Amino acid sequence: MDPRNVIVTFPELLLWFPLLSGLIVLLLNKGDKAKNWSLVFSVITLTISVVSFMFTDAKWRPLNQVSYFWLPQIGSSFALMLDGAGRILCFLTAFAYPVIFLTTYKTKYKNPNIFYGLMLLTQSGLIGVFCAMDALVFYFFWELALVPVYFLASIWGGEKRIQATWKFFIYTFTGSLLLLVGIIYVYLHTTNSTFSLFSFYNAHLTAAEQNGIFWLFFVAFAIKMPIFPFHTWQPDTYEQSPSAVTMVLSGIMVKMGVFGLIRWLVPVLPLAVKHFDHVVIGLSVVGMIYASCIAIVQDDLKRLVAYSSIAHIGLMCAAVFSNSESGIQGVLIQMFNHGINIIGIWVVVEMIERQLGTRKISMLGGLAQKSPVLATLLVIVALANIALPLTNAFVGEFLIFNGLFKFSGWYTALAAISIILAAVYTLNMIQKVFYGETNSITVSAKDIGANEAIMLSVIVVAIFVVGVFPKPFFELSNDTVINFLSKLSGGK
Amino acid sequence: MSINNYIFLASALFSIGVIGVLTRRNAIIIFMCVELMLNAVNLLLVAFSKMHYLTASVIDHTTKAGTDGQIFVFFIMVVAAAEVSVGLAIIVMMYRNIHSVDVNFLNRLKH
Amino acid sequence: MSKIVFLVPLIPFFGFLINGLGRPVISKSSAAIVGSGSVLISFILSVILFVNVKNGHGGVFNGFDFISVGKLQIPFSFQVDQLSSLFLLIITGIGFLIHVYSAAYMHEEKPADYARYFAYLNLFVFSMLLLVMGSNFVIMFMGWEGVGLCSYLLIGYWFKNNDYTNAAKKAFIMNRIGDLGFLLALFWMIQQFGTLNFAEVFSKAGSMPSNTAALTGITLLLFLGATGKSAQIPLYTWLPDAMAGPTPVSALIHAATMVTAGIYMIARSNVLYTLAPVTQGVVAVIGLATAILAATIALKQNDIKKVLAYSTVSQLGYMFLGLGVGAYTASVFHVMTHAFFKALLFLGAGSVIHACHHEQDIRNMGGLKKYLPITHITFLLACLAIAGIPPFSGFFSKDAILIGAYEHSPILFWVGLIGSLMTAFYMFRLYAMTFLGKFRGTHEQEHHLHESPFAMTFPLIILAVLSTVGGFLGVPELFAKDANWLEKFLSPVFEVSETKMPPHELPHSTEYVLLGITIVLVVVFIGWAIAKFRNYQKTEVEETGFGKILQNKWYVDEFYNAIIVKPLNKFSWFLDSIVEKSGIDGIVNGIGKFVNYSSRQLRLLQSGQVGAYILMMVVAALFFFIIQLFVK
Repeated sequence: MDPRNVIVTFPELLLWFPLLSGLIVLLLNKGDKAKNWSLVFSVITLTISVVSFMFTDAKWRPLNQVSYFWLPQIGSSFALMLDGAGRILCFLTAFAYPVIFLTTYKTKYKNPNIFYGLMLLTQSGLIGVFCAMDALVFYFFWELALVPVYFLASIWGGEKRIQATWKFFIYTFTGSLLLLVGIIYVYLHTTNSTFSLFSFYNAHLTAAEQNGIFWLFFVAFAIKMPIFPFHTWQPDTYEQSPSAVTMVLSGIMVKMGVFGLIRWLVPVLPLAVKHFDHVVIGLSVVGMIYASCIAIVQDDLKRLVAYSSIAHIGLMCAAVFSNSESGIQGVLIQMFNHGINIIGIWVVVEMIERQLGTRKISMLGGLAQKSPVLATLLVIVALANIALPLTNAFVGEFLIFNGLFKFSGWYTALAAISIILAAVYTLNMIQKVFYGETNSITVSAKDIGANEAIMLSVIVVAIFVVGVFPKPFFELSNDTVINFLSKLSGGK
Repeated sequence: MSINNYIFLASALFSIGVIGVLTRRNAIIIFMCVELMLNAVNLLLVAFSKMHYLTASVIDHTTKAGTDGQIFVFFIMVVAAAEVSVGLAIIVMMYRNIHSVDVNFLNRLKH
Repeated sequence: MSKIVFLVPLIPFFGFLINGLGRPVISKSSAAIVGSGSVLISFILSVILFVNVKNGHGGVFNGFDFISVGKLQIPFSFQVDQLSSLFLLIITGIGFLIHVYSAAYMHEEKPADYARYFAYLNLFVFSMLLLVMGSNFVIMFMGWEGVGLCSYLLIGYWFKNNDYTNAAKKAFIMNRIGDLGFLLALFWMIQQFGTLNFAEVFSKAGSMPSNTAALTGITLLLFLGATGKSAQIPLYTWLPDAMAGPTPVSALIHAATMVTAGIYMIARSNVLYTLAPVTQGVVAVIGLATAILAATIALKQNDIKKVLAYSTVSQLGYMFLGLGVGAYTASVFHVMTHAFFKALLFLGAGSVIHACHHEQDIRNMGGLKKYLPITHITFLLACLAIAGIPPFSGFFSKDAILIGAYEHSPILFWVGLIGSLMTAFYMFRLYAMTFLGKFRGTHEQEHHLHESPFAMTFPLIILAVLSTVGGFLGVPELFAKDANWLEKFLSPVFEVSETKMPPHELPHSTEYVLLGITIVLVVVFIGWAIAKFRNYQKTEVEETGFGKILQNKWYVDEFYNAIIVKPLNKFSWFLDSIVEKSGIDGIVNGIGKFVNYSSRQLRLLQSGQVGAYILMMVVAALFFFIIQLFVK
């Protein structure tokens, strides 16, 4: 195959296929057809994403980037590219969807065609965010990913869904608008008046200007991740959303924020990053301890996981600002790890809730006797979540902490306290849900079915593969890391 | 004649118009007061136009300075005529519907 | 050779996979065979490795690149040298005996649980082998956390019981606190040396001046890790609670192997410690303080396993004392002999508990001598060994540590001696109350008393032999020239440290005097303990005064509970309900409410009155007019 005769590129396939399939599913009639078709479509997307890993070499460059004629009047072209980080996150997105569809296969939704259609549209938006090379395109997909999620959560959510999703929408939308203002400001200061990523990297901005724009960008990303104190939408939204949506939100969507930092904030505003690094890392570290403490006293499984996620994301955010190769490499791999680990946990929560009708930790107990397979798999996923060695998160957190230590030992020591707190709430959860004697609710529990066990096992295998042999990941993300660091050191 | 006299007259007319609009409830009178304000402005426009022309023609007697002010006046008169036709039609419709031309009956806009 | 090196940990790992995945179907006997067999193979391979090392064929064996980011290269590789091969023998050897013992001890379990038990045990052996074989600190840390995890799983093996799972949780969390220190030390080392490979770190550190802040910090943090794993002050309280696990687990993990990981780690990084005298002082003092504190608590405990647990804590304290005064060989020696006799004591205790139908309170025992002859003899030998009676193994190793302490400072020796007298006292109190006198349990229990099956007594006998003769591996200079085989064997590991430390040579006469005093006092204390407790009668009198404090373990658990656990819960509750719900979320919702409220107020302006609108218009026009006038 000659790389020069390219008919269709990977970013296009990954982007348009879910979009089209989403539209097709929307038009389908009600019933199981929508569910089955969207499963098939998501598996095809996954296949495309896997195939794209065979073409990472520099000579396949034409296969990995594309640019359409879009809005030449204002200097914006529809530019997409798959680089190391983008490829990993696209893979995460593509991998997560079949897992989500399969594990929630037994859950019944009203109007399934709309539900699954919107899910696939979200997928397209997410992939767009990870591929975009043009600020306007990035913004476009940033919003495209948000809007369907709003409808998903507010139509199929829990009791207080309207309140929670309204807050979620307003909150993230405020952030988005700030981001738009920031983008336009930078656009007006680019040398050639285009929205392309590279002209953003070379924009003429004084230190004072950068400091101002920094907050516009940062608040948008901080809300999405979320970083303390912009996080309060998250537990409510996770709690109220249907599990499939929660998995998308926490598994993939929060990575948009971290990814935004890596691609659009730090390299564009290197001076401001140097200026505010202590503020951001301080916020992140405080947020980690804060969220971990709160997680200790949560009774609702979903809220517990939500707060634990805030702590983990805080660590990634701190590492992005630590200006070290190890830290940024750790973040890239940890985004993937956190995605699959937390989806694994949600799968377990979903199964417990579907079977027993409650998520209250205080009402559960003794499940290990009734469902040993579920218990074993959960213990593995939960321990991966607290970064035990030989699991994937250890590799990520080790590098992240190492990078952070280069920045400052004290922040690292503080942040590492959350490791202990993470052990406290995770073990509490395992103990109260799985150990002890059964009670009237859990006495009727059964073990999980084959398809769920297989899905969870896939996650567990992924956890160990990345945990033992992470090298391919480092090679993949190396180009992003080098690019990132060169931008940052150029700003000195 | 000094320009001040024109300004005083125009201000007086305009103020009468404003006060009329604010205090009267009869739609027709309000309408007339609006016309009064418009004409106060017209008067000013003409006065200033003439003043500009006189000062400029001292230096160059072929000058066209100030003519645009007069042209504005024509525009305003045309628009006012159009407004009158629409406005009066509204008032007639109003009278047909509620048998009154009292504007305080027209408070449904807030809904 | 390289294949063997990788097979040593992999075979127990395969055992873990077979037992773990085959849990629902595997039969009890095959679970036991897989579990014990894999460790046996591993042991045989370890012997081969040991012989190879002895002939000078050790080295580093590379597996694959684990983490390579920029300049940081962390290979997955194993190091087989004198120190690690010695630990390999201890771990797989004693591990195998305990697997065999477990096969009989756990026979009442259901097949699925039985397989789970062996899976955990094999996983533990795997992790422990990683810990000692790793050729860099990261692999060591993997094993370090891995053994912590297995310890957690095995303490909470009977997971229906909430007390047991609480103990498991406590062990894991306290270990995590230590692990935090370990981890920070790793990052500091990366910053300082740019690598974590033992060889490079130690050679780079060797060229550094002594007593730098970095080295002191690194070693202190590493030591924090060791206090967690090896149960030293302030993180020791998990170990006595860990006795909730099955007794063979206590023998393997909480006596013979895992808890000595801290000693292994410090012995491994002896170069760093030798160059950080401040840390060494801290290690010695903490070790000695732990030794004394735990010994005092052990004096008043009535649970057979609790006594042994505190005795373990105390002995570990001695090992740290040895490390702190630079007597590395002596500490490693004590690790070895302690592994023999403490495993033996635990297994003996297990045999007693087994015979008495899960009775653990020694006040309800007594007179077991005639019912359990093999257990009794082996237990007695172990007691003599731990008390330090020549020529049993404990005598040589403990003596080496104490002499090392004397060379450093006589005070350390005398305080250490007090501790070892208490050791002799509580061990023989335990022995006397258990085996001497009359049986004090219920009649039914007495009826069922029986010696344990061969699978349980066989490990006891082997360990008893080792406890008796194991000491001759390290006979001091004093008795015979060049008889200290262990010191010669280990000398390459501690070579650099030896050259950096000021030489201490105690005159032989002093050494004889000290030894004589020690032995005489120990014998006196043993006699006192036996005389006092051989005819122990149950009394209902509550302990008072100092005895009560000791019985309640100096109230340390309560103290930690009051200053850490409760405040943390309170603080978390405060954050959740006050700061989070009313504070931050309150502000967010408050902004929403404010917008809502102000919109409602502004809506009132839209009254529908044409006059009002016009008035507003005029007022606004006037307003801007006035502004225009004044702002020019």
